[in-house]
Amino acid sequence: MTRTAGIDIGSRTTKVAVLEDGRLVHSRVVDTGTDPLGRARELLSSLAADPQSQVPVTATGYGRHLARERLGFPVITEIKAHALGADRLFPECRTVIDIGGQDSKVIRVESGRQVNFEMNDRCAAGTGRFLEVMAATLGYTVGEFGLEALVAPESVAINSMCTVFSESEVISLIAGGESKQSIALGLHESIISRLLALVGRVGVESPVVLTGGVARNPCIRALLERRLGVPLLVPDEPQIVGALGAALSAGNGARP
Amino acid sequence: MTEHGQLLAELGLNVPLHDELSRATERSFQRTIGAQQNRPKAMAYFDGVLHGAHGGRIAELVAARAAGRKVVGTFCVYVPEEIALAVDAIPIALCGGSQFTVPYAEKTFPRDICPLVKSTLGMAFAKICPYGPILDYTVGETTCDVKKKTWEILADDTFHVMEVPQKKEAIDVELWRKAVREFRDKMEQLTGKKVRTERLAESVRVMNDKRRALQRLTELRKADPPPISGLDALAVMQGALNDEPVRFTQNLDRLNAELVERAAAGVSPFKQGTKRIMVSGCPSVMGNWKVHHLIEAAGAAIVVDESCTGTRYFENLVGDAAQDLDAQLAAIADRYLKINCSCFTPNSERLDDVKRLARDFRVDGVVQYVLQYCHTYNVEAIRVDAALKAAGIPSLKIVTDYSEEDSGQLRTRIEAFLEQLG
Repeated sequence: MTRTAGIDIGSRTTKVAVLEDGRLVHSRVVDTGTDPLGRARELLSSLAADPQSQVPVTATGYGRHLARERLGFPVITEIKAHALGADRLFPECRTVIDIGGQDSKVIRVESGRQVNFEMNDRCAAGTGRFLEVMAATLGYTVGEFGLEALVAPESVAINSMCTVFSESEVISLIAGGESKQSIALGLHESIISRLLALVGRVGVESPVVLTGGVARNPCIRALLERRLGVPLLVPDEPQIVGALGAALSAGNGARP
Repeated sequence: MTEHGQLLAELGLNVPLHDELSRATERSFQRTIGAQQNRPKAMAYFDGVLHGAHGGRIAELVAARAAGRKVVGTFCVYVPEEIALAVDAIPIALCGGSQFTVPYAEKTFPRDICPLVKSTLGMAFAKICPYGPILDYTVGETTCDVKKKTWEILADDTFHVMEVPQKKEAIDVELWRKAVREFRDKMEQLTGKKVRTERLAESVRVMNDKRRALQRLTELRKADPPPISGLDALAVMQGALNDEPVRFTQNLDRLNAELVERAAAGVSPFKQGTKRIMVSGCPSVMGNWKVHHLIEAAGAAIVVDESCTGTRYFENLVGDAAQDLDAQLAAIADRYLKINCSCFTPNSERLDDVKRLARDFRVDGVVQYVLQYCHTYNVEAIRVDAALKAAGIPSLKIVTDYSEEDSGQLRTRIEAFLEQLG
């Protein structure tokens, strides 16, 4: 039995996936918090069984270089990891859209290899963190946020893309008597427009796989499907796709 | 650098703030250039040029001025240095590459202009630019809208703006030749000396020798793996814009000789098969090692730079067959007009340059480097990308400033680009 593991240390959550003979046997998602290395060690010790097991681990995500320097793991980028992971789950996949905590990425894939990609630069507008902040501003949990937006009678246009400015804009919309649901829908639409600009630069080839924590948001899924005009393939556990890709690459020539 | 504190104080600089700048620059140097392994020994001289830019070089210029020479500040590789040299003036590039001074410019200038201009102005506004107090004359040009409007604010009777045309038709060649003759007149007025045929021929030779040495360095980077890192080659190029040209060329010849030996012995900072990258676009001036560092720290080798701190500075020599002054000045003007900057339209020659360099240096991919708010390089990147795509060469565009806030994302994008190259 061959066991490999992948760890995806993201800005908001850390994910681990463990494979046995190439089959996914364990996965877990925890908040990254302020001690990403501690979290990584903890996750691996509970999931990859005992530390003596010598399970090959590949790291990806925002904290990958920390894991390389301090834990000696080989690394791959989250772009490659999501391409590999999505290809495993949906071998016909041609485009991966990943919306993570502070990055959005659009990756064109051919036979499991990325051939082109675009990623948001510097600012976290249009990412998971944006949704978290806006949900909190409207008094919703992250889980409620998408559901409430889905049943909005209408949408309010949100002009600002910046997280901080959007928050002020939302507060003034609330003060102006707009319904929370309509504001929620407007916020979701603003994320989708931003994402479509990235998509436009790479070009979409169907089938499209949506990954990352934001894929769990039903309103994002519905709006994106409508605007792209193609059905989206969403994994059961969209958050662990990067960790899965890292696990697939572990022991398989990843860059040390 | 503190050994020159007295000198900087005499020049009226804010010495404590200048010390902070020096420390910030040194940290950045140590994290990038200084952190490299297996560097050529002859790089010690060029490290010294970078470190001396606010020290030894200033002392040297102060002494030169005391001996009657004039210091002429420039901001662009379009200013013909040989004409200044022919009347014993000393041209010095003033462009800033440090994030440290950017906030000082943003106090009065818009935030949404390029970091190079902001860094340069901030250096002067914060009274930590040692060149400001020793400039006898400054030459701007019309290569970008922000610069043009900035000159209007800064210009006085020791400031001259050369008009660089926007096209390369016959009428533009005439305009540029006239601008070069006018620059000659300004240099003569400044120094009280006449530009004469023999002296001009001599300074053309000095500049051509310097260009040949830089071309030789570039040629040596064709080896696989290259005997020198892209970051070191950039440091040499940054020094070229500051150092005394004859001494610079002598030291570059030494470096080139060492690189020949290294290449023959297979000595390189890189492993065989390391991905070969061209950086194309905006300049990376002294203090700015950000993108070159990110690319090479991600495991690639930069083998050629198509930029003003690269081939645009030293490709093409000034023809030296001219016998009289008018013909010499025309030959100088014509050489400079061959620089293919994105301020020209249509700039198809640059597309040819990029494709030719990509082929000659056998690059695996091109990183298009755009300084934030540099609209001409940013938009031209679309045509460059299309030209490269047609030639089967992958490219990645990076738009960034001097700050470190986007380093994490840039690192991911660069690493993913390298993964994509296989």
